[in-house]
Amino acid sequence: MTPDTIDQIFVTAKHWLLGYTPSALQPIVSAILSVVPILVVFPLLFAITTVLERKGLGRIQNRYGPNRVGPYGFSQPIADGIKSLTKEDVIPRSADQVVHFLAPLLLVLAAFLGYAILPIGRNMVITNLNAGLLYFFAIGSMVELAVFMAGWSSRSKYSLLGAMRAVAQMISYEIPLVLASVVIIMATGSLSTVSIVEQQAHYTYSLPHWFVFTPWGFAGFLLFMIAATAESNRSPFDLPEGESEIIAGYYIEYSGFKFALFFLGEYLGMFATSGLAITLFLGGWSAPFSFLTWVPSYLWFFLKLLVLICVFIWIRGTLPRLRQDQLMNLAWKFMLPMTLINIFTAALWHFMPAGIIRWLACAALLVIPCIALSRGLKQGKKLQVRTYRFAE
Amino acid sequence: MLGEGILKGLAETARNFFGSYVSKDRLTTIQFPEERAPRIEASRNFPFLVYDGTDPMAGLRCVSCLICEKECPPKCIFIEKSTDKKPDAVGKPQFYPSKFNIDVSVCMSCQICVEVCPFDAIKMDNAFELSATDRFDALLFNKQQLAKPNEYYHEIHPTEAAEVDAALAAARAKVAPKPPPPPPPAPPTTEAAAQ
Amino acid sequence: MTTATLPPSATLISQSADSDTQLLEVSMGPQHPSTHGVFRMDVALDGEHVVKLKPIFGYLHRNHEKIAENETYLGSMPYTDRLDYFCSITNNWAYALAVEKLAGVVVPERAEYLRVITGELTRLQNHASLVGFLMQDMGASGTPLMYAFREREKILDLFEALTGARMMCNYMRFGGCRCDLPEGWLAQAKQVVDAFPRFLDEFERLLSGNEIIMARTQGVGVLSKELAINAGVTGPMLRACGVNYDLRKVDKYGIYDRFNFRVPLGEHGDVYDRYMIRLLEMRESVGILRQAMRDLPEGPFTDPKTKVRNFRPKPGEAYGRIEAPKGELGFYLISDGTPNPYRYRVRPPSLINLTVLEDMCLGQNIADVVIILGSVDIVMGEVDR
Repeated sequence: MTPDTIDQIFVTAKHWLLGYTPSALQPIVSAILSVVPILVVFPLLFAITTVLERKGLGRIQNRYGPNRVGPYGFSQPIADGIKSLTKEDVIPRSADQVVHFLAPLLLVLAAFLGYAILPIGRNMVITNLNAGLLYFFAIGSMVELAVFMAGWSSRSKYSLLGAMRAVAQMISYEIPLVLASVVIIMATGSLSTVSIVEQQAHYTYSLPHWFVFTPWGFAGFLLFMIAATAESNRSPFDLPEGESEIIAGYYIEYSGFKFALFFLGEYLGMFATSGLAITLFLGGWSAPFSFLTWVPSYLWFFLKLLVLICVFIWIRGTLPRLRQDQLMNLAWKFMLPMTLINIFTAALWHFMPAGIIRWLACAALLVIPCIALSRGLKQGKKLQVRTYRFAE
Repeated sequence: MLGEGILKGLAETARNFFGSYVSKDRLTTIQFPEERAPRIEASRNFPFLVYDGTDPMAGLRCVSCLICEKECPPKCIFIEKSTDKKPDAVGKPQFYPSKFNIDVSVCMSCQICVEVCPFDAIKMDNAFELSATDRFDALLFNKQQLAKPNEYYHEIHPTEAAEVDAALAAARAKVAPKPPPPPPPAPPTTEAAAQ
Repeated sequence: MTTATLPPSATLISQSADSDTQLLEVSMGPQHPSTHGVFRMDVALDGEHVVKLKPIFGYLHRNHEKIAENETYLGSMPYTDRLDYFCSITNNWAYALAVEKLAGVVVPERAEYLRVITGELTRLQNHASLVGFLMQDMGASGTPLMYAFREREKILDLFEALTGARMMCNYMRFGGCRCDLPEGWLAQAKQVVDAFPRFLDEFERLLSGNEIIMARTQGVGVLSKELAINAGVTGPMLRACGVNYDLRKVDKYGIYDRFNFRVPLGEHGDVYDRYMIRLLEMRESVGILRQAMRDLPEGPFTDPKTKVRNFRPKPGEAYGRIEAPKGELGFYLISDGTPNPYRYRVRPPSLINLTVLEDMCLGQNIADVVIILGSVDIVMGEVDR
């Protein structure tokens, strides 16, 4: 078994199975064989993430996480799944029944559709669309619709207000999200995720050509991750979802399995956006060093995904919540200008000759506005660390 | 620079995360009921009655003076004095409680009954696994349930029990009936008879 | 993942008389996700900003003052534990001080030192929990809370070794303390106190430079000096406004004049100041504890002449007050010569500090109301008694 065989094992398995199906059914079976692993693996990853999150947060807070169900608590999702399936499904009488039922379904659907263009390994993508990136962002906007449907259908003033806040937040952060990925489109000249990854899978002196190792790529990656955190309503941007003081979240009228579906949809969205970040900036399924290419490509993808998930959990355990207006200020007054400047920087990089000058110029072009904008953000409120005097 | 404080905070949490695997200080959970926290000697929960010797009813130190019932702030002690008397540790006949009930759902573990008891008859227990299925009758502890031997008191509060025993021994030595004086030496009748 | 949800009947949209805008009235009901006990606030909102705020409490009223009229003086001592249930020892101390003033009881030296040591330990654990709860209200998913509680557990273990109970200590008596220090307690306490500054440093590194916290607390819930003084606000809230009033320096009750400590003062009177003042006060308390533990003399731990049973102070009245962690806690007693007080009144700092809640919240965002409430540091046991 050469490394290449192990790497392409799923592809060869799929072709082998297709060989046994009659040719009339082959397109359908091919589609099913591509999609079913996604439907199995990512919810499994969701289950593992819930346990990992609780145990990770626990360790950060100097305590164990769940450790009673199964070995070291890793069967906790089974218990949670049974609990949410057997809970009574309470629907308010004044709620709009159809919309109330459809909202979580739409959320999960939109989340799953985003995986269609993620290259999980070499030659392992469900469909290689020419405009894959555009497709992803279009589908991602459906999530906001699902959130609003959930808030609206509950016919409760508070869930509606919570939903409006959530939609405002998600729309404001779509723009930095898309603009941060525009630099990648500029650099690669293509919207297809497969070709973006393939262009990063080259090595110079055993170091990869990942876009995150360039100044504009690094800035783009950071901006993309912040926007992704806001898109999936994770801390510190979880005002619509956390105990948002008085105005409850948009899914407050949901109970039982639909509640679990909301979580599933939110986490799947988080995985999809992280997967896209990996594809665009971190080289997708390519190995970090050229002497490590014997490890299968799908393992690299999931390893990178796991690292990003751990970063999400880490940030959640540390930072308090941002208030709504501060959140919007951050999006419009800091991230939007930074993404535009990032585009200039990427263009500069493209036209300057290779060398240390290029690095310094681009780095300066990014760091100086960053500092200026952050001063501008703080200036309005005169935020500073204070020193205190003592009496007499 | 924007984000500096956030990065410091992230470093702090990372330190706690990795520290929880290496130092006991950063993972202070005790896995009850497999592990127990070390018993602290002075801890108190609900009162119990001390008896000396092996017979709970005969050795009960309580003489039914009703002081603890009077001083209890939430009035959770209900005592009925007996009509006859029984001998106490030094043999003096004393009253005893024919009924001694404590309603532990009312008791607030304030320990005032222990402080005011002149006979060291009621002390604080530290048993906390007292769950019952009935909120009323099962939580009214009667004399038999409350009486526990002095050895148990030594087990749970050794320092205090040693002090109490020393004080009681000194007090009993003072009031104990004096041993009869040694008989005078027998008169030398044989010599006198011999003379 | 609990959130405050309300039945549709609880909402009223009322027209305000002088403008076209409709005010949305919201009741942040007694069951709160943000702790502090059973407390209700009726808030009227104009968009995002608070226009009117009415606090409603009384859900935890337990007739403490009336019960005390039927109990002996000593019998009320365990009830005072349950007033501000986080800081039972300082409640006991305030009551003991009031009765000692009433009856003219003298407290021996060792007892005073023991009182200071346990009182300052109480202050440490109260401020630590409060800062943890404030961060929890801000959404920091419990991490600072768990760190604060890790330290608090060590202090509660000390209390259990000394008094027998972790929270309802019932430690003070009229004329001193109930019992003396057991073997090894002082060494353990020294260890805890020496490890505390390290926890404070960790906390400061985690939180004080954090931009999000600064953005959410600076300029929020500003209380002016004049209003604070007029409303009778005391404690760290008053000192955060810049008023130098600490009863340990003003009254010099107990033996506080022997200790070298400073009083931190804030300037802006906002939530950030109150949070930082409490952190600085914790450092000062550590200093006081070190000095007290070093200078602890030998001697009786209570006045041997004060009776435990049948304690009848002479007829008269007295007001004893201390600097509790939350403010000025005072007990006003009137005695008529019988073993039960004629009138027993508690001055609860949390209640008096709560009266300025509306003034602090006007014009603020609805999301800030919970943070402002958290910085006032209320415990419903004290507010409702």
